[in-house]
Amino acid sequence: MAEVTLVEAVNLALARALSDDPNVIVLGEDVGVNGGVFRATVGLQQRFGPQRVVDTPLAELLISGLCVGMAAQGLRPVGEIQFMGFIYPCIDQLVNHASRLRNRTRGRLSCPMVLRTPHGGGIRAPEHHSESTEVMLAHIPGLRVVIPSSPERAYGLLLAAIRDPDPVVFLEPTRIYRAAKGQIDDDGEALPLDVAFDLREGQDVTLISWGAMVKETLAAADQLAGDGIRAEVIDLATLKPYDADTILASVQKTGRCVIVHEAARTGGFGAEIAALIAEHGLTSLLAPVVRVTGYDTVIPLPRLEQHYMPSVNRIAAAARKVCQFS
Amino acid sequence: MAERAITDEELPVIARFEVRQRSYLAPDGTVLRRLPHFASDTNALVSLYRGMALTRAFDTKAVSLQRTGRLGTYAVSLGQEAVSIGVASAMRGEDVLLPSYRDNAALLWRGVTMEEILLYWGGDERGNHWSGPVHDFPFCIPVGSHAPHAAGVAYAFAVRKQPRVAVCLFGEGATSKGDVWEAMNFAGVHKLPVVFVVNNNQWAISVPLKLQTASETLAQKAIAAGFAGEQVDGNDVIAVRAAAEEAIAEARAGKGPRFIEAVTYRLGDHTTADDAARYRPPEEVQARWKEEPIARLRSYLVGQNAWGKVQEEQLAAECQQLIEVAIERYLATSPRLPETMFDNLYAELPEAYAAQRRELKEASHG
Repeated sequence: MAEVTLVEAVNLALARALSDDPNVIVLGEDVGVNGGVFRATVGLQQRFGPQRVVDTPLAELLISGLCVGMAAQGLRPVGEIQFMGFIYPCIDQLVNHASRLRNRTRGRLSCPMVLRTPHGGGIRAPEHHSESTEVMLAHIPGLRVVIPSSPERAYGLLLAAIRDPDPVVFLEPTRIYRAAKGQIDDDGEALPLDVAFDLREGQDVTLISWGAMVKETLAAADQLAGDGIRAEVIDLATLKPYDADTILASVQKTGRCVIVHEAARTGGFGAEIAALIAEHGLTSLLAPVVRVTGYDTVIPLPRLEQHYMPSVNRIAAAARKVCQFS
Repeated sequence: MAERAITDEELPVIARFEVRQRSYLAPDGTVLRRLPHFASDTNALVSLYRGMALTRAFDTKAVSLQRTGRLGTYAVSLGQEAVSIGVASAMRGEDVLLPSYRDNAALLWRGVTMEEILLYWGGDERGNHWSGPVHDFPFCIPVGSHAPHAAGVAYAFAVRKQPRVAVCLFGEGATSKGDVWEAMNFAGVHKLPVVFVVNNNQWAISVPLKLQTASETLAQKAIAAGFAGEQVDGNDVIAVRAAAEEAIAEARAGKGPRFIEAVTYRLGDHTTADDAARYRPPEEVQARWKEEPIARLRSYLVGQNAWGKVQEEQLAAECQQLIEVAIERYLATSPRLPETMFDNLYAELPEAYAAQRRELKEASHG
């Protein structure tokens, strides 16, 4: 058992996968000699060689397209897109090929690939380096979209994603790459996909989040406890397909729900959760479902960025409001 | 004294390139130069001829099925049969084909059945679940986006040290896309066993080649990726087959990728949903009929006393017979249950979608 950061947990999971399965190939820009711009792949090329840890040309569409071709032949490619703002050339490959190869061949071919990319803002990065457009990916049938919020879940969920027989986009919360620390026993044990994690038990309000915002959400729950409000905190972890049962069971208990994500509000994944609760949990509601999100603006450059990101205070205020509603 | 400006002639040339063009048969079937080795076997040529003739007969029937509402949108190969057949005939069974939507002929050659092809174009994914070349890709519908897959497939062969080759077919419009370039560029860097073949049929729906590129040839695009590109007369099946054979052998031997530009002409509409008369003068098409690949090879075979009226009639009857049987089987395919649309979405349907599957099942079974 060792204390590691989230990005180190990613590195451990990649090393474990490369070591366990000769079909695993890691590919992307600067992932080899340099070890990745965030150091997620550090040491892997030295250990597993340049054929299995591949420095690709600077071409994101290519990285995702190569993964499809490799996966269709039974390799287990793990592509890295350096920042989520550069994933858009891959959308064609994800929508038209990766997510539907199994379906359009009725299972004759499949696409067991993983596309990893750093997710989210708050690191004072240049323009296009702070994106959280997970909902665009979560709309694609046939795909899995996973986002961990701790080193333990980064390790376990990434191993699960690599072993999964279908394509997975694995979003890594950039802001807590190094800020989040946890104990990892590098035993190759995966965590389940498609399952939400109940991080804190509570009776009064359900707080749902994913990725880096889980940190603020947990801090808000601490603050609320000081006011006597017992908040339940759920880390959704897999956005597609998501764990509706855990959400509905929690809301049935608390009657109140606040959804927290840093992506823009309109059409964000919070809207999907609110719709789910409206459809299947209406009678248990004691207050309107509230979203605490980034605004419907372009995420600002660093000087205004902190005003865009949902803060602990915004989350706690929203939770107090729904608790006062009834 | 002011220094004299340096002229271009004084600067050293650091690279020179050339693109060669391969053709063996003139449009009238006369021999232009010494034929490649395989062409000394008349049976091999007859086999190519049969492949092209079957394709044309199959296409004709497919269009009539479409016109009578029994098939979806379909893209014929009319005039371009030599490209798919020439390339597919140079491949081994264990090689992997990545076809575009106009490559029905290549699939047929490789053992995909006519009823499977009809089933796919008839609107049923089961057509892609063919029993033939199990690793071959299904038709790529978005233009050129399968080129990176070909590089990925070839990378898998390289990692596993398998002497197999990925062969990717696309139209000239695809060469305008970054997808194709990115794939070629990567294949060049890693010397991957992949052959890219462009069916340059001059028209991308209504956009002519001159609006697609100012490049003198498409073959030269390979040079920038660090490997050889060759232009072949795409209406000369002997030339296509010879170029593909050589390229595939080189790729298999670890000498890296190759690029073949097969220059041909789309005598038909883009698909059954298109009317080329709206944008293309009929005189241009008429003139191009003189160059088409089937009559060309027939002229040569007739000249060699290897083909005649009897064989032609026999072949036509055989083709009709094969196609009729396939159409009967296709039309008799049992329908799919609606809820099976969920069944290959993932290896195992996630619990999250089980309710939707039940909902559809109940709705569709009344």
